[in-house]
Amino acid sequence: MAGFREARGDLQLESVTKTFGDFTAVDDIDLTVPRGSFFALLGPSGCGKTTTLRMVAGLEQPTAGRVRIGDTDLTGSRPYERPVNTVFQSYALFPHLTIHDNVAFGPKRRKDKDAAQRADDALELVQMTSFAARKPAQLSGGQQQRVALARALVNHPEVLLLDEPLGALDLKLRREMQVELKRIQTEVGLTFIHVTHDQEEAMTMADTVAVMNRGRIEQLGPPAELYDLPRTRFVANFLGQANTGVGTIEGRDGDHLVADVLGTKVKVLEARSQVHDGEMMFGVRPEKVTVSRKQPDGVGNDVKGVVRDVSFLGVATSYLVDMPSGTTWSCYEQNLDVEPLDLRPGDDVWLTWNPGHAFGVPVEEIAV
Amino acid sequence: MSALAHVAGDPAVAPPPPAPETKKRGWTAYLLLLPGVLWLGVFFILPLVQLASVSLQSRYPGFPGYYYRDLNFENYVSALTDYAPHFARSFLYAGLATFFAFVVAYPLAYAMAFKVGRWRNLMLICVIAPFFTSFILRTFAWSQILADEGPVAAVLNFLHLLPGGNIINTPLAVIAGLTYNFLPFMVLPIYASLERADPRVIEAGGDLYANGFTTFRTVTLPMSMPGVLAGTLLTFIPAAGDFVNMELLGPQRGKMVGNVINDQFLAVPGGYPVAAALSFTLMAAILVMVFLYVRRFGTEELV
Repeated sequence: MAGFREARGDLQLESVTKTFGDFTAVDDIDLTVPRGSFFALLGPSGCGKTTTLRMVAGLEQPTAGRVRIGDTDLTGSRPYERPVNTVFQSYALFPHLTIHDNVAFGPKRRKDKDAAQRADDALELVQMTSFAARKPAQLSGGQQQRVALARALVNHPEVLLLDEPLGALDLKLRREMQVELKRIQTEVGLTFIHVTHDQEEAMTMADTVAVMNRGRIEQLGPPAELYDLPRTRFVANFLGQANTGVGTIEGRDGDHLVADVLGTKVKVLEARSQVHDGEMMFGVRPEKVTVSRKQPDGVGNDVKGVVRDVSFLGVATSYLVDMPSGTTWSCYEQNLDVEPLDLRPGDDVWLTWNPGHAFGVPVEEIAV
Repeated sequence: MSALAHVAGDPAVAPPPPAPETKKRGWTAYLLLLPGVLWLGVFFILPLVQLASVSLQSRYPGFPGYYYRDLNFENYVSALTDYAPHFARSFLYAGLATFFAFVVAYPLAYAMAFKVGRWRNLMLICVIAPFFTSFILRTFAWSQILADEGPVAAVLNFLHLLPGGNIINTPLAVIAGLTYNFLPFMVLPIYASLERADPRVIEAGGDLYANGFTTFRTVTLPMSMPGVLAGTLLTFIPAAGDFVNMELLGPQRGKMVGNVINDQFLAVPGGYPVAAALSFTLMAAILVMVFLYVRRFGTEELV
């Protein structure tokens, strides 16, 4: 078909920028998504993730930069010329067509003689065969979601784009669909690019997560790496919870930086800090903090606080502890001890953590 | 293959139908309906029965203008045989006016829904503004515009595009008048259905390998069909019964059925029964045509 561009390979965005009037939605992004990977673009609303997705789809054209798949430059080409399909946020099924005709729409446009058969196969893949003759309005949200997925998958695109596809589903269904999407992606082996503001969704499904903020990618990597070692304050707070404190770096102790936080000496591995002098924000994840009644001896990295709230969760107990700096820390203790701690709000506790779990990020973050 | 089967229960099982409404509505609903029912009864049903009765009456021979109650179906035979050409003209002119109104209205409604941005409200006002003056006055204005010395005829004559030399008092003028007068009834429903369409659905057409024209043909136009259907009905039905445009813009001979009814009622002594029979025949013919049309092109939203 005229204009259609076959392309195979990794998706590459090269210095892509998109502005709407004075507003810069996407600011000079460089990104390579390896072929066959499950990639998540994670960020709050308005961070530019959907605009990035739409530029890959061809629904928006970049103000500057190139979009390629393999060696094929797709910049400037129309959506219907690209080997890319989208699962839209609101599903965007054709209301006047049956479920079967919705799914067969893409193959028919490409003059595929087996369009009807392909649509049947795709509907079987998502277990919607018995709904083939219905109209979209007669389906529930979860069912429409699967039809939208089938309508995109049937075309075997080189890159499949998912724009918050689970946003409208209830929690239980969303969890199940996360697992299913991941399974389908592994089975069909296509490149999936998933846009979401739900950090848990991104971490559950994606091989690689790019955290976006204000039109830029703050950090990119496997979910575990992003969680373990965030490089910016934004990533530390957006991806999971982080207990943080601001201190001044005073010196070094072997591999560690030593910072003074309101009189308390805090150690952070130098390799795990993005700043090496001046002000530093250190952070530690809630499950890495140990709560005890007595001051632990030895390594330091201990702070005295006051319990504000205790929530017993069964497998674990979650504590909120007011810190001397005025912030509140969250600690998550597995219920492993035979003798429970039996802490109550108002009790004094000592919090301690292994310096190897702490991370350091720059303090300043441009105000939103 | 059974990948998604256990997601959200078994999708093959349809959700249960909503429980039948058991709550009694009480008589509030009937009370609310009462004014409308009374109005319809007095000003629609009664005159209709009266008209049906008149359409079957016979006149006293030798006493023009006097009738007696009867079951005289001769009036209907006369309506169908003597005035068949008038019916044909009415439907032809109304059909052509509907077609031209559609051709003008669709691009206008499309532009208003998708292209004009902040000018949308101004354009809507322009579409509705003619309703602020009387239908008759606007049609008179068209008789000036289409007159032999008027701008349209002058330009067309200058370009030698008008074989007859004039527009006014021709069927062309009647069709132009009908098209103009009923245009808003075509624009507004089409605009409403286009404006309601989810832009993502139209984008999905492009995403699924349909170029601009194919997306229009296979997605946008079908999605706006309820509006097109409503617009064509709102244009065709009043246009088929119209007599003002023919009266003010049309030729002396070759009238439409609306003019015949008007003349039989007001100008021909003793014409009441035939006029009533013509009215009923016109109503029945339009009902049949609309029924067939909606059956053929109708969507769930309308039928």
